[in-house]
Formats: sequence, structure tokens, C-alpha cells
Amino acid sequence: MRYAATGFDLEVDLTRGNIERVATDQGLTGQYLGGQGSAANILWDRVPPEVDPFSPKNLLIFSAGLLDGAPVPGANRTSISTISPQSNLYVNSGLGGFFGPELKQAGYDKIVIRGKSDGLVYLWIHNNRVEIRDAGHLQGKSALETATLIRQELNDPNIQVAAIGLAGENRVFQASIEHGNSSASRGVGVVMGDKRLKAIAVRGSRDIAVARPAELFEICNRQYREVYDNPQCGDVFLKEADDSWHVGHTGWSNPPRGFWSEETAKELAVRVERDHVSYQWENYTQEMEEVHETIVEKSEILRGTGCFNCPKNCHLAISLPGERIYFLKNYSRLAYARAAYPDLQLSYDILAAMQNYGLDEFAMPQVVDFVVTLYQAGILTDADLPDFPADSSGRFLYVLEKIALRQGVGDALADGLYQAARSIGRGAQAHERSAKRIEQPPVRLQQASYPYFLMHAVGDKMNITQIEGSFPQMPIPDRGEREEFVAQWDAAPERFKKWFLDWEPGEQLSVEAAVNIVDWNEAMHFSDEALGICPFLSSFRGQYGGRPSYHLHNLPQYISLATGLELDAEGLEAIARRTGLLVRAINVRRGLRGPDEKVPQDLWENRDPGLEQQHLDAYYAFKGWTPEGVPTRETLIGAGLDYVSKDLTARGILTGD
Amino acid sequence: MSDQSKKKIVREIKVDLDKCIGCRACEVACSGFHASPKYSSFNPSRSRIRVVQDLVNDVYVPLRAGEYTAAECTGRQTFKIHGKQYSECNFCPASCPSRELFKEPDSGLPLKCDMCADEKMPMCVEVCRPGALTYEEREEERADEEPALGEVETGLKSLVHKYGAQKVMDTIARLSQND
Repeated sequence: MRYAATGFDLEVDLTRGNIERVATDQGLTGQYLGGQGSAANILWDRVPPEVDPFSPKNLLIFSAGLLDGAPVPGANRTSISTISPQSNLYVNSGLGGFFGPELKQAGYDKIVIRGKSDGLVYLWIHNNRVEIRDAGHLQGKSALETATLIRQELNDPNIQVAAIGLAGENRVFQASIEHGNSSASRGVGVVMGDKRLKAIAVRGSRDIAVARPAELFEICNRQYREVYDNPQCGDVFLKEADDSWHVGHTGWSNPPRGFWSEETAKELAVRVERDHVSYQWENYTQEMEEVHETIVEKSEILRGTGCFNCPKNCHLAISLPGERIYFLKNYSRLAYARAAYPDLQLSYDILAAMQNYGLDEFAMPQVVDFVVTLYQAGILTDADLPDFPADSSGRFLYVLEKIALRQGVGDALADGLYQAARSIGRGAQAHERSAKRIEQPPVRLQQASYPYFLMHAVGDKMNITQIEGSFPQMPIPDRGEREEFVAQWDAAPERFKKWFLDWEPGEQLSVEAAVNIVDWNEAMHFSDEALGICPFLSSFRGQYGGRPSYHLHNLPQYISLATGLELDAEGLEAIARRTGLLVRAINVRRGLRGPDEKVPQDLWENRDPGLEQQHLDAYYAFKGWTPEGVPTRETLIGAGLDYVSKDLTARGILTGD
Repeated sequence: MSDQSKKKIVREIKVDLDKCIGCRACEVACSGFHASPKYSSFNPSRSRIRVVQDLVNDVYVPLRAGEYTAAECTGRQTFKIHGKQYSECNFCPASCPSRELFKEPDSGLPLKCDMCADEKMPMCVEVCRPGALTYEEREEERADEEPALGEVETGLKSLVHKYGAQKVMDTIARLSQND
């Protein structure tokens, strides 16, 4: 009997149309938990570095968190893992909503997809019944439309759907996978589109059993209250009036106009008026009367919606003129705040367009900024951009459409900025801002921050906003307030409390502290991604107020009660580090080395390459990696990854001692 | 009869649709509470409360399982809410042959909300932190019970109900004359 996990994966071969339900090894749950952890292990085993991301042999894995479906509040995330065509490295992106729990209720922990279909298809999973169905009629539809049509077609409103939009269908590298109020960014949608898989629809009606029922429900019941009442958890930026930090610290070439304020918030209620003409019979006189009315439509926040079994309402549903609905996600809020378009309604037009095409709302503002910069520099001309509008909104929507359709210059841009700059040539490379071939936001720090530098440089998520979170980014000036912060900081190990307590404004943390902070941030994220715990309740949220609802010290209790695995904080950290090491090994095997770990040049002024290298060296040493960034044999074996060590040795990546 | 015995406690769950965030914690708690042993498994399909969701139209309606009905009803009412059509079926709490809602997934037996009988508060309300579900207990006057009817009376009453008083009286008169 397995608790919390179902013990089965669904293996789908889209080339042959073969579907299998495969029992999984319980030992692997103890080693990697679920979600990202056990999915990384499958990618290591089955996708060797010779496999091109667009090969049918590349896998796309939808993996429910270990605690999804158990009553743990906020455990609902689905991890989507594959090899990215953009970076040719491992990519993992999560989505919230309802998909993971429904997959578990259908009886599967994971869906492992291989091969490629000839035509566009969707996968329909209903407990034991699994079908690959034609999706020709869904071509070009947005994810929300796709979900509605599938629910109608299969006559079940409780079906959960994850789908790609037009961008994914056209193999745009920055395509997202969308699901209800959530989406998975960082380009996982391109692999789904390459496999010609339009959507996955899941419906399950099976029990998720837990090991120690009464005790687990008792702490979960308390946790609903804790999560709901905790002001530092959830999407704290969503309703905050002042987002000046994010705008003030980003350096767009097309500079932002002002920033989020009370006034901008009021602009949300922008009204659109249009004339509507209809005809009606009047008093049976057979005379048609023309009726003119003015229809008033306005943008408004309808409500905050939650994900499965979480009392926070982070995903704002916003209605827009033209009967559109948009779900506001945090990172996209940052995107528009950074771009700071002339008015807010316009920003929502752009965001809604990205949602409908299924485009990464984080990458797109960087791409559009790049295009405008090249246009202003004369590198892209009217010949490249026929009918390029003059206003910023028109330009944004223009570029989005070109990318989603891979039309004209959009075809190059849809390969990612790094590749696009090289295809366009003419000096475009000088304006391109990416790291490991992934678009990077133009964050500009006022002063050097070495933990930030390290997270940016070594992060496997390739995006700074996905790595930070557990340690405050800036010191609190007042020592008394620092003491208060530290006093209730249960999430942090003791040494972190001391580092934070002694951290004065304007000072740099020690190299040792910086390295430890990065390592700890990583462990928190790997733990969340394996368990399905939302980072907004955990790894992203220690930095504000120091009181995340979940952390490495309280999560083991939830895991033990739900699964029956005996686990303490050290055990959980070991699992998180093992997963991190495995992800590193996958990337190392695909060629990643220390010199690739660079951050954008303008992260802050007056960079000190020597000190940066000192931090990188210290980090590699702390991790037990070589100065090249390759995990040593001793490190791998110590983490129980003998098979990884053997493989890296056989490939000549690990040599000598 | 004392005054007290004329009162009864009415247990009620109030639903504020504007406060529902669609998280379905109520479904999780309900299915756990009714599992055996308690909280040993979780499965929204077994829950006696379901959140009817229509994301595109911003509709979130927590619906508690009501009476079992052996046959589909003939009701064909439709409601237009914010420009979108819904049939009465969308928000009907019955366990009914026309659909899967409120049936045990394995056996197909009907599910019905019991307000978590022994708990001081139903579990769906307990976990609904956003406050869409609230619980209320109030005392209500108990209507005077009608005196029990005899067998013949019950039979006659149903005949009156079916054929009308006049026809029954005529028949009784005719039968009496025949005797």
C-alpha cells in the first residue's frame, strides 16, 4: 500500500499510440519524493545527452507533487520537466491550479510522454481509461477555450485541462503550458507543441490514502487558518499599491513611465463605450424600428481565485472589454509594471494576448524591448517590420502576433533572444540580454549583491525570480527590528539568523554566508517542487517577515504523516540536495560548465570580476564540485548517486580521482 | 407538553457566492471526514459538497448534496446570469440518474450531506477560511404535530387526494346502498 503517492506512472508513446500504466519503485519516493525530484531521475535515466530536444526521444513529464491530493493546504503543484530546445539544458516549470491533484485522483503520479504524433492530438485520461484523441478542431484555440470545448465534448465540467495555445502549436521556444488560472513558463510549451500534443484532459475519482489520518488532518486543519491569516504569504505584490522597487530597479531601453500607484489602480476601471444598433418590431405595426444603444464595457477585478485546497486567492480574475477574462499571475504583474505602458488597461490587453497565444509572460516583455531597441538603432528596419505601429501597445501586440505565428521577423524571435540576435546579425548581439540562452529581465541592483549574483549565475531555473526567496534581499536598518525578525524566523537554521542579525546596510555578507544562503534557497525550492507545495507559501516567502507557512523544519512532519516515510529536516534537505545534484549532472552531461555561468553585464555598476570568481569558487567547493562546476565522484557517491558517478566517468567527464 | 419541546434546532449552511475562491478545500475536508476510518483517504468525487465552476464566466457555486431522486425531473428552466445561460440542472443538489454528481464513484449509491452530524460545525465550513460557507444554528418553533391517522383514514385520504372528495363520497354512498 502506497500512501499519498499512487505508485503508478502513465507512459504515453505518441508515435506508436501506445499507452501503459507502469508501477513505480517505492524506493525512489524515499530518494526523490515526487514532482520535480522523481521526474529528474527519469530524465537522467532515459534522456542521454545525445538526444536532441526536438527528437521523439525527448520526454515531456507532467509530475504531480508528492503531497498533491492529500489534505495539505497549498499542495497542488504540477512540475513539468523536459530538455529545453532553447538552452539545450534541463528545464522544469510548475503550474498550480487543479491539474496535479486530479491526476493523482485518476490514479497516476506522472505522465511521461515520448514520441511525436503525426497530427494534432489531445490526451484524455479518465481513471483507467486513457485515449489519444484527435485535436484538429482545437487548432489555434487558446488554452481556456480548449478546456471549455473539451469539457463540452466529453460532457463533464470537472475535467482539468492543461493546454498549449497557438504559440506552442507553432513551436515557439517561449511557449507556455496553460491551465485554468495558472501557467507553466520557461518554454516547456514548445516541446508539447513539437510532440503535436494540444492538451491533456484529466478526470479522476479515486481515493488518495494517507498513512496517519487523524494526526495529518489535525495539523492541516490548523494550517488552513495559518495560511489564510499569514499576511506575508501568498502573492504579496498582487494588492500592494507601490511596486516602485521593481520598476526602479529595471533598466528597460524604452524607459518606464512612472510606476504602479493608487492612480494606476483606478485606471483599471477604464470604460470602453461602443455603439450598438439593433432592430425591433414596434407594436406589431410591421415597422422595423432602429434602436441605438451605447454599450459600456469596463475592465474590472472579478475576484481572487485560489488553487486546489489553498485558502489564498492569488490569481485575480479580471474581465476585459470584449468578453475576455484574464487570470493575473504574479510574474506577469512584474512584467507589465516593468514595462509600464501608458495605461493599465493596455497592459492587460497585452497580458490577455499572451495568455491567449500561450506565450511566456516573463520572456515576452524582454523580446519586445529588444525589437524596439533594434528598430531604434536601425538594425531592424521597416522592411523587417512592415506596418510596425508607432504606439507602444500596438508594437507589443504586433510583435506577439508575429512570434505566435512565426511570421517574418517573428520566426527568428520565436527561437529565443540568444538565437534571434545571431540570426538577425547586423550587431543585434550587442543588445541581447540572456544567460544560458534564456531571456533575462533587466534587473539593475543599486549595489553589488553576491548571493544574488550566485543565484543568477548557477540557478538551474535560469531566471532569478524563480530562485530567490528564503533570505531577505536587503538588510533591515534597525537592529531592534532585525532581532524581532530573527526571533520568529523558524524557517532558518541558526547560523542564518546570526548572519542576518549582523548584516548592516551597505555591507556585504561574507562569502561563506552568501554560499550558504544560495544553497539553502535551492534546497527550499527543490523541496517545494518535489512536494507540490506552492512556493508562495514557502520558498519565495521567507524574505518578507521571515514567517513562511512551510519550510524545511515543518514539512517533514507533513510528509511523514501523509506518506508514512520517516523523515526529519536533515533527511528532507538531503533529498533536496540530491535532486539538485542530479539536475546539475543532467546539465553537466549536456555540456554546462563554470564559464557558462555568467550574469548579464549590467546587473549592477562597477562589477568586480575577481570577487565574483571568488564566490563562484567558494560555491563550487561548498557543493563538492570541481572548479569547472562538475560534481566530484565523492560528492555523487556521498549523495547516493553512484550510478550518476559511473555514467559521468564512462563518458570521460569525471576523470582521475 | 412543555414549551421547550415545541422548539427545534435548525442547522444551516449559508453560502456567499461572492466570497468563494474556488479552492475546493470543502470537497477535500468532506471526503476525508466521511472516509472510513475518518480522514484516511481524500477524494472529491466522494464529497457531498462540490464547487460548480465556470472560470470563463466567473461562476463558483458550492453545492451540497440533497435528496436522492429515482427519476430525472421534467424541469427545463434556464437562468441567464451575467449574460450566460445555465439550466436549473447546473445548480441542482439532487443525486439524480441524469448525471454523475453526488454518487459514490464505485457503487453509484447516492450521497447526501448530513451536516457532519456529530461535529459542532460541518467540516466544509470549518476549512472555508475565505468565509464563503458559514454555519448557523437557530431555534425554530416546531409546528404542532397532526394527530396520527388510522389505517382507514390514511387510505381514504389518499383516495380523496387521487379522485377528489366528491367522487369518493359518491362511491361510499353507492356502496352503502348496495349493502
